[in-house]
Amino acid sequence: MSALGVVGGIAQPVLIVAGSPLLVGVMRQVRARLEGRAGAGVRQPWRDLRKLLRKETITPRGTSEVFRIAPLLLVATSLVVAVVVPFVTTDSAIDPVADLFAVVALLALGAVALALAGLDTGTAFGGMGASREMTILALVEPTLLVAIFALSVRVGSTNLGAIVSSTLHDPARVLSPASLLAAVALIVVIVAETGRLPVDNPSTHLELTMVHEAMVLEYAGPDLALIELASAMRLSVFLGLLANLFLPWGIATAATPAALVVGVLALVVKVGLLGVVLAAGEVFLAKLRLFRVPELLAGSFLLALLAVAASYFLA
Amino acid sequence: MLRLWRKIRTVGRVAEPAPLPPATDQPPAAAALAGSVQIRHVDAGSCNGCEVEIGSAFGPVYDGERYGARLVASPRHADALLVTGVVTRNMAEPLRRTFEAVPAPKLVVAVGDCARNCGVFAGAYGVAGAVGDIVPVDLEIAGCPPRPEAIVDGLRKLTGR
Amino acid sequence: MNLAATGLACAVAIGVLTALAALVVPARSAVVGVGTVLSGAAAMLAGCAAMSGVSFVVALPALLPLSGMLFTLDALGGLFVAVTGAVAVAVGVYGISYTRAPDLRARGVQAVLPLFVVAMVLVPAAASAGAFLVCWELMALFSLLLVVAEHRRRPEVASAGRWYAVMTHLGFLSVLIGLMVFVARAGDDSFSALRDSARHLSPLVAGVVFVLALLGFASKAGIVPLHAWLPRAHPEAPSHVSALMSAAMVNLGVYGLVRVGFDLLGGGPVWWWLLVLVLGAVSAVYGILQAAMSTDLKRLLGQSTTENMGLVLVGVGAAGLFASSGNRTLAGLALVAALLHVVGHAAFKTLLFLAAGSVLHATGTRDLDELGGLRPVMPVTTAAFGLGALAASALPPGTAFVSEWLLLQALIHGLPASGVAAAVAMPVAVAAVALTAGLAVATFVKAFGVGFLAKPRSAAAAGAHESPVTMLAGMGIAAVACAVLALAPAVVLPGIEAAARVAGDPAVSGAVTLRLTGVTGALSPVLLGLALIVAVVALAGVVRVVATHRVRREARLWDCGGGPMSPRMEYTATSFAEPLQRVFDDVVQPELDVDVTHHEESRYLVRAVEYRRKVPDRIERRLYQPVLRFVATCGERGRVLATGSVHRYLGYGFYTVCGLLLLLAVTR
Ligand code: SF4
Repeated sequence: MSALGVVGGIAQPVLIVAGSPLLVGVMRQVRARLEGRAGAGVRQPWRDLRKLLRKETITPRGTSEVFRIAPLLLVATSLVVAVVVPFVTTDSAIDPVADLFAVVALLALGAVALALAGLDTGTAFGGMGASREMTILALVEPTLLVAIFALSVRVGSTNLGAIVSSTLHDPARVLSPASLLAAVALIVVIVAETGRLPVDNPSTHLELTMVHEAMVLEYAGPDLALIELASAMRLSVFLGLLANLFLPWGIATAATPAALVVGVLALVVKVGLLGVVLAAGEVFLAKLRLFRVPELLAGSFLLALLAVAASYFLA
Repeated sequence: MLRLWRKIRTVGRVAEPAPLPPATDQPPAAAALAGSVQIRHVDAGSCNGCEVEIGSAFGPVYDGERYGARLVASPRHADALLVTGVVTRNMAEPLRRTFEAVPAPKLVVAVGDCARNCGVFAGAYGVAGAVGDIVPVDLEIAGCPPRPEAIVDGLRKLTGR
Repeated sequence: MNLAATGLACAVAIGVLTALAALVVPARSAVVGVGTVLSGAAAMLAGCAAMSGVSFVVALPALLPLSGMLFTLDALGGLFVAVTGAVAVAVGVYGISYTRAPDLRARGVQAVLPLFVVAMVLVPAAASAGAFLVCWELMALFSLLLVVAEHRRRPEVASAGRWYAVMTHLGFLSVLIGLMVFVARAGDDSFSALRDSARHLSPLVAGVVFVLALLGFASKAGIVPLHAWLPRAHPEAPSHVSALMSAAMVNLGVYGLVRVGFDLLGGGPVWWWLLVLVLGAVSAVYGILQAAMSTDLKRLLGQSTTENMGLVLVGVGAAGLFASSGNRTLAGLALVAALLHVVGHAAFKTLLFLAAGSVLHATGTRDLDELGGLRPVMPVTTAAFGLGALAASALPPGTAFVSEWLLLQALIHGLPASGVAAAVAMPVAVAAVALTAGLAVATFVKAFGVGFLAKPRSAAAAGAHESPVTMLAGMGIAAVACAVLALAPAVVLPGIEAAARVAGDPAVSGAVTLRLTGVTGALSPVLLGLALIVAVVALAGVVRVVATHRVRREARLWDCGGGPMSPRMEYTATSFAEPLQRVFDDVVQPELDVDVTHHEESRYLVRAVEYRRKVPDRIERRLYQPVLRFVATCGERGRVLATGSVHRYLGYGFYTVCGLLLLLAVTR
């Protein structure tokens, strides 16, 4: 555990927790502006969270502890990922957890907790959301794994810190076919996993079109605050992962104050830009029919597979 | 896609400039919400006139969302119920249940004359009463249907922005 | 006599004595339970001793005419003996009250259980082809008797038993022929003689031996396309037997493959291992896909066994590929991953089958569409199944997570070692493992979420009750094993590495953090689990401090304001799997059946809609049915010969003998 890792382990979760609602705020604002609206302001998600924390928690009758623990577990998984993944610093606070398979599985664990909570309520919508979420996850997880493996095959390690450092040392690698294919596949699955258009509409009010929202219909107050925070954090974590796997420049490689400031700024700029692009792109897209989504995901799975094949053959 | 982009560029901002904040006081329960109000809309027996106006209050022109109000899908997520129409016999119990489902602190807004005092439907055979007869009302928005400005004005009283 | 020998002898003696006692003592369930536990514990000791290097050789020339029986225990055999023993311990405890049911209390059924354990313990200890085959056959016979234990009450059991009997014997035949060809070249049936002769074997003969052995062992391990018996026999057997079969017996298929492939034949050309790898990858994906569609709790678990054995074979195949290209470090890593998965699978599959048995015991149904709402009435069983589901779905901190991580590490690092074959095989294997991981998550969320949470979907589920304490204790043992394997795999890794010495060098080190030797890679399951717990506790604290409303309010479910929701409105396992089934429509080809009943007055008014979905096993349909039909036709034709006349039959015998004599006269 190096000093750099410790600093990163403290700075990253703080930055992600504080910044991810702002990222959601920025994305909503961009969307509002493109729709000709004024928008609620960048700080609105934080206001929402503050208000939710002041509200009452409700336990629906007939639910078990699965329902109560799920929001905590959901945030906890994102938090652990925020600590270990190289966002600001190349070293990780808990290096043996900063593994690609571990990170993907951790994020999946959060989704699973929420799906079980949806099933636990016993409502039709809860079950529907859980079923859809699991279908998407069952296709997203393999794609994520395969895509990032395409990157790790050449580095010879699945440690995220190692992957990021090696890209830093060898920038030409970013433009290799394996890397580009993997990037496209990753973008598609990130859109799916974070429940953005065209896979899921984060602002839908129609239960039948919901995926993520349908699972959380029963949550209120602080529980809901945790879930909203977690989905914002997952969005920033995924975007940060995307940014640092392909464009790691700016990340701190030494524990000097200047490097850290640059690292933080670089992350903010990269994730912010990706968020803006994603939000702007959404304005031009309509939601896909649910049963068209797998085609999209299967396509990205094939791309990821091609990426792995490319990295084996063209190495 | 290019067409859409051109349209976005030529139309620009549609939202009208925000009018002055409402003069009257905030309902006491709304203070804790501090600028963020999630709203669940309940149609208790409306003619759908009010719904059209609520729709436009959240459309780009009036942009109710800029003041921190947002429509949500579940009363569990809501801070305020936006009830329209007279409460019909069939909707009295569901309305009560919806109210019960909202986590405290919670508010009820009666939108339109029907919701306030049964309006044109007063005395009709299927009517259980005005919204105030079924659940406690914190704010009333008058009009048949109320203009979007009035609805936005009411929402701003809740958000305090 | 050293520890390994004493342990093994005790295990056998206790098992046989228990079987005898079961025939005479009235309190059979308790005696058999305790006997099985003791026998399993002794086997575990023997296995552990063998893994730490203690070994022995016993020759029993009088036991089998011509060749005699030869037993030994090395690290590889010891691992499987220990796993079998551990499963037997949990199953024995569980069985004390589980076997009180009328069908299971029968004398014969009770006596066979310890014998089954003994046979399974002896298979990895056999040191000659003769001994191996005898034990293998005994194991098959005893398991068959146990599978059909409940045949009086349920007709499906008999059909499952037939499938099992035929397939397991075809598998046996295949192994038998393979080993006999091998023995014929070696001149002696002891494993050491076989090992020595392997070098002089022509590639063709070695290939034939390997493929025949692979066929037989794959059928035991439930590998596609020889898996058809597994989703039949495992669910129909009593649950503690299912656990023994799914967690211990199928492993011996893997054992046989490793023993023959790596140890006796000393590795082989690339195509052998490519074949193994492809079979494994196909089984993994196909098995989990079938499980994802399944609505029968125990069948689902059986299909997931096919999946897990597939993953193991991916590891074994990769190990073989690396070994044949001379990379012993990676070969060791891949084999360690495969064997760790065997051990982990044994732990969580025992737990899952025992929990499923507890559900079956309490509700009388294994149909997920009828279950649900078990959490309030069966808290321990629910927790046990939840832990098992976590362990099975490769999520951290779960058991399969560690072994699948190791497996993927081996595949990732395969690049420097790769030839063209590996360059094709590795990406496909990575994709298969990844796809399997994703689908396993969906499968076990379905099994746990639909089966145990929410509201009961039938009267049977509503009237459920928690199982007796010994059943819970049996699950508890398996649960502890799962937790230890998930958080501290370093406990078992030295033993597994010793066993994996047949293919490669030790590859993993470290207690808290698993570090790969020779290649980069590190993972710490403990730290991961700890980080998660710290995060959850810290968050709960923060929320308590920040939130102003401290009390939780109980409220009715949000039912859109309408009347209370009935269990019929809940999502069922069928509906849960529906989107996935649509995604994989082309692969699984489900059969849908929608019946619409109209009102008498008008065709436009619908009275009832009935929807049924069946997901048939396509491989079975395409592969088995033609064969079965062909066999049936042959049988029909053959009936012409059997007229019932004794004279005629005597005539057949006479002509056959004459024919044989002629043949001998001509060839000699
Ligand atoms: S107030 Fe007027 S517009 Fe609104 S529901 Fe009543 S009648 Fe319709």
